[in-house]
Amino acid sequence: MFLRRTLPLLVSAIFGIALILQFFVPHPASKSFYNLMLDWLIIVSAFTYLIAVQSTVELHFTKIKRKVEGWQYSIIVLVSLFVTALLGVFGGAFMPTTLWMKIFPSVKPTDTTPLMYTYLYMQMPMQSTIFSLLAFYMASAAFRSFRARSFDATLLLVTAGIVTLGRVPLGEFIYKGLPDVVEWILKYPNMAAQRGILIGVQLGIIATSIKIILGIERKYLGGGK
Amino acid sequence: MLKRTLLLIVFLILSISLFSENDSLIFLENQTPFEGFAITGKDIPNDGGGGIEIEWSFPDSLDNFFLTVLRKDEAGNNSIVATDLLVSSKQVRDVSSEEDPSRVKDGTKYYYTGILSKKMVDEDFLNMLISKENGYSKNGIYIFNNDTFYVTAETDAIISKASWFNLSRIPVVISLILISFVFLYYLNLAKSGKELYIRKINGLDAVEEAVGRSTEMGKPIMYILGIGYVTDIPTIAGLTILSRVSKKVAEYETKILVPSYDPVVMTTAQEVVKEAFTEAGRPDLYNKNDIMYITQDQFGYAAGVDGMMMREKPGAVFLQGLFFAESLILAETGHSIGAIQISGTTETAQLPFFVAACDYTLIGEEMMAASVYLQKEPMMLGSIAAEDLLKVFIMVLIIVGFVLSIFAYGFNIGIFKNLFDLLARALQV
Repeated sequence: MFLRRTLPLLVSAIFGIALILQFFVPHPASKSFYNLMLDWLIIVSAFTYLIAVQSTVELHFTKIKRKVEGWQYSIIVLVSLFVTALLGVFGGAFMPTTLWMKIFPSVKPTDTTPLMYTYLYMQMPMQSTIFSLLAFYMASAAFRSFRARSFDATLLLVTAGIVTLGRVPLGEFIYKGLPDVVEWILKYPNMAAQRGILIGVQLGIIATSIKIILGIERKYLGGGK
Repeated sequence: MLKRTLLLIVFLILSISLFSENDSLIFLENQTPFEGFAITGKDIPNDGGGGIEIEWSFPDSLDNFFLTVLRKDEAGNNSIVATDLLVSSKQVRDVSSEEDPSRVKDGTKYYYTGILSKKMVDEDFLNMLISKENGYSKNGIYIFNNDTFYVTAETDAIISKASWFNLSRIPVVISLILISFVFLYYLNLAKSGKELYIRKINGLDAVEEAVGRSTEMGKPIMYILGIGYVTDIPTIAGLTILSRVSKKVAEYETKILVPSYDPVVMTTAQEVVKEAFTEAGRPDLYNKNDIMYITQDQFGYAAGVDGMMMREKPGAVFLQGLFFAESLILAETGHSIGAIQISGTTETAQLPFFVAACDYTLIGEEMMAASVYLQKEPMMLGSIAAEDLLKVFIMVLIIVGFVLSIFAYGFNIGIFKNLFDLLARALQV
């Protein structure tokens, strides 16, 4: 019980308070303490990546073993994982001083390492592809939201119409002052609403932090009381 | 007239003789372009040491001139702090950096001198001034290759030192004490048995409905914690709600899938779900592999979760945590498979997407209040009451600021201007 509950709560409280105090102390000793904490965070995170790899391998290996639906994709995941890792370990991310070239002296320096090649010509296009889906999802979500079923929805529809129109050259062509109207909408009513939410969020963050430091909030440790 | 001319010639000959090795240099000692021609320096306040601020206040007519700042340490070593700064910039900082951590040493005496010139400073002239033999102790006018340079007198010794307290953060200390006091007061009030009210939050009331519906359909529940880290409060709030959802899942004997973006969040989520299943009396239903790591790539994560949604077709999708551009990609996919969706985030830019695509959305602070709402413990309710009181306080401040600014700048009334500036200064960090 002490190791599972009391110790983590004590660590949270002590380091929570220490880092609050650190915020007010600009002395190098305080900065060193902060950097030490960051180093610890990086070290702990590095170990958790091993757990992440173990989780991924176990999950996909089980899928392949049990031949669950779409198990072929799991092979791609595992092959990609190991090939990328090997390319990184032996080839490095940047040329010319890589372990790869030391092992294979015949390999001449190029602008792109195999790892960077996979990043630039495989990962990046895949990322862009997923990101580009957003435009279509926005259109479908906007279509549903902007149906004028109630006063609120109508207000949303009209405002969105004005803002959309004011952001393109056609809007300015129709009415010269439209971009200014859009600017006003974004700067005042929209910003006021956003700030209202943000004040609540910040107070919520402070409240949660105090509860964590005082040990009142402990759900994040797992379980309840 | 003749006497004055003779005197000037003698003075010039004397000055030239000082630098006889360089024929193109003329020096007029103690001559200044205007009265009070000097630079000043001071230790940068509220810093971690290793920093000195040099300031000057020259007439506006010299704004387009250049100023070069030189430094001499107590051992007599000269160096250049900055060259050819526009006079209008009014100040420069001589600070240690990561590249040069011992540039300004705490406790060492430094003396600064400025060189004012109409043209950019000549490199040979500068090298000559900072050379060990000449130093730059002589202030006055230097004419070098027909260009005129005005050199200030050395500043007094300036010593840099590290501060133990950042005085500019006093408003934060006051706010911290005030907020902590209000929280502790309400926590005590709640502890003493005073009944506190919390309004209905539809999104949280719908948790049971969502889990129940999913169970009836024989489908799993998907819980997405977003792309935050365990150090982010919204992620912690998401984990709190996960605990409640997992308990319901265990009670209904259904399955929960938690695809994770960060390995630390994944391990924490595993622990939370395991404890919730144990609390519900069904530890046998817990499967560690249901809380899995996807990737730490934003759109890779979105693609992985979307694929899982399309394959597993969950009956309920919870999106609780920190979301950015992937929010709508996830929410729209959830909508397309007909899942009941309950979302929550503190990111204001993503809230409209969630409102558009999900059945229920916890807006900002509602998410933070979730743990209180779900547990309904008096101690927890106390923190909500404290938050509300602080919100009232902030509202009053905004209204006071608004009224003051109208009277100060709308009606141009001096006393209100002073009051408004006082309020702005008090709130400034």
